[in-house]
Amino acid sequence: MANEGLDKAVSGEYALGFEIDIETDIIEPGLSEKTIAFISKKKDEPEWMLELRLKALKKWETMTEPHWGKLDYEPIDYQSISYFAAPKEGIDSLDEVDPKILEAYDKLGISLEEQKQLSGVKVAVDAVVDSVSVTTTYSEELKKHGVIFCSISEAIKDYPELVKKYMFSVVPMADNYFAALNSAVFTDGTFVYIPKGVRCPMELSTYFRINALNTGQFERTLIIADEGSHVSYNEGCSAPTRDEHQLHAAVVELVILKDAEIKYSTIQNWFPGDENGKGGIYNFVTKRAICQGDNSKVSWTQVETGSAITWKYPSCILKGDNSVGEFYSVAVTTLAQQADTGTKMIHIGKNTSSTIISKGISAMKGQNTYRGLVKINKSAEGARNYSECDSLLIGSNCGAHTFPYLESKDTKGQVEHEATTSKISDEQLFYLRQRGINEEDAVSMIVHGFCKQVFSQLPMEYAVEAKALLELTLEGSVG
Amino acid sequence: MSSVMKIENLQAKIGDKQILKGLNLELEPGKVHAIMGPNGAGKSTLSKALVGHYDVELTGGDIIYKGKNINEMEPEERALEGIFLSFQHPVEIPGVNNAYFLRTALNAKRKHEGKEELNAAEFLRLMRDHLEMLGMKSDMISRSLNEGFSGGEKKRNEILQMLILEPEVIILDEIDSGLDIDALRAVSEGINKMKDGKRSFLVITHYSRILDYIEPDYIHVLKDGRIIKTAGPELVAQLEEHGYDAIEEE
Repeated sequence: MANEGLDKAVSGEYALGFEIDIETDIIEPGLSEKTIAFISKKKDEPEWMLELRLKALKKWETMTEPHWGKLDYEPIDYQSISYFAAPKEGIDSLDEVDPKILEAYDKLGISLEEQKQLSGVKVAVDAVVDSVSVTTTYSEELKKHGVIFCSISEAIKDYPELVKKYMFSVVPMADNYFAALNSAVFTDGTFVYIPKGVRCPMELSTYFRINALNTGQFERTLIIADEGSHVSYNEGCSAPTRDEHQLHAAVVELVILKDAEIKYSTIQNWFPGDENGKGGIYNFVTKRAICQGDNSKVSWTQVETGSAITWKYPSCILKGDNSVGEFYSVAVTTLAQQADTGTKMIHIGKNTSSTIISKGISAMKGQNTYRGLVKINKSAEGARNYSECDSLLIGSNCGAHTFPYLESKDTKGQVEHEATTSKISDEQLFYLRQRGINEEDAVSMIVHGFCKQVFSQLPMEYAVEAKALLELTLEGSVG
Repeated sequence: MSSVMKIENLQAKIGDKQILKGLNLELEPGKVHAIMGPNGAGKSTLSKALVGHYDVELTGGDIIYKGKNINEMEPEERALEGIFLSFQHPVEIPGVNNAYFLRTALNAKRKHEGKEELNAAEFLRLMRDHLEMLGMKSDMISRSLNEGFSGGEKKRNEILQMLILEPEVIILDEIDSGLDIDALRAVSEGINKMKDGKRSFLVITHYSRILDYIEPDYIHVLKDGRIIKTAGPELVAQLEEHGYDAIEEE
């Protein structure tokens, strides 16, 4: 079959590339102690936070950018990035969100007005534009249940004890180059605390939007699930279509105490750039969870369709006995996108178990790499892991690569690994077409089938969104 | 006599190899045509050519269907126009729900014909009726398309699709291969149920066994890329006894 037809079928246009027309406060490009002092002051932070930031900057300055990923990109000039940009009105009065921002979020399918939310399912949203959280919905209602849901900037001021205790406890300040950078310059993000025994009464979510030109976004998220609690959290993101690359370096830390559970889902749809690799977000993200207590559980589900470069390994440290870590991932690379993504499962506690289901889809010139580590410490008696990494190639100019690493010190641990690479076969496509299903629908049917195990992990309304997004990414330009 | 499909001087290549070398064949409405021939004669290439498979390159001749040349027609259009192929080796498609797939296919066809689409409940009722008739388990509704199906299940699933899509020209490529006697009976019953005096069947087979169950009206012998003989069902016995080498070109 002609490759052209398939390429046409998989070069979906980026639908969220609009720009929000608002006035932005933006600082001069460059990174120094002065920049950090400015950010900290702008956020009216306590002294201890500024000190931590400066410490992180010092460490970052001694580190070098890692290049072990199977990624090829132009060097990043950290001095040419602006590290703080904020919608003008949002800062002065957090209660009054610029109507243009409300409108833009409506366009993204997210309602920031509580009373306007359709259907019975409530979803609380933290809306982050560039460097600031512009609003957080349902905070008051959540408070009645003891749930804290606010921006990290507010948490630093209002809940310093929790922040001091847990920030940097899962992802140390100088964990890696990008985490260190984030620790120094992070501007906003979400903070969640679920108290003992509470099942969070609604889905929580954050929607990140990069809007300003020439800026980076450096958000930091911290979620703490106290003993016996449960929360489902979802993040989404998008950015305008631009010719320049923009850097996104986030850190997410999850702390799960005894008998608690966090379900963390991501739908990543940053601007991917064009088919020649022009523009697009450089997405360098560190996400890690620690199952601190016995019988705790964390589940990462990610659907990665955007970004020019994705470097991301949501990981689980399974410290508590019987704790459970899960990683479900669909990563799509089309156009000239490159993704190097996977997970780390670190088994420390007894009878800990982990599951990895990774689905990589490559089309056009997309390059997709799965990189995963399963580490079973000596203490992790009875640990079990199951890994499944499947790659699907659409067309013949794309690539899929798999790098599973295993370190097992417990000889009794059970580790199973399965990996497959398949092409959307002409035979599969033909079979469906012979039954009267057109080529575009046939491709999407095969791709959805391939992703089914992962999509079934998403909360329902997000699964619907993920399916639609996948369709748009892979076939928007036809018909 | 008007034919529903007329194949004239058809020449086709797979890769560099010329397989069909001037094949002529007419399918009459309501009739069962059996194509028999030795391995490598071009039987599967013929079935692929009729449904527009990518592997086949037409190098000459015409396929006329309902009075129209369909040489260049896309595979899905041919399907929507009523041409159905029961595959010799149905491919597995992981994660694609069998009922969902079949409803999508049926609704594509209904839409094409200007009929209303069936909703999930209406479709399930239809599917259940046919499953029972074919002696298939109801888990066929929720399983992934052909994934992990036994040989017999795959072939029954092809027949199920045929029954639901109600095509006008039905090409059965080695439908009896790998079937035990029970499956063969169920499959044949499904096929015979579709005979309505209008539909045409093209039964492509290496062995005569299936022809005991589906009574053919014509036997065509395909050898070296051409139909070398056409006769009534009595030819089967002769082929059984003397083999293909004994057939002289007419």
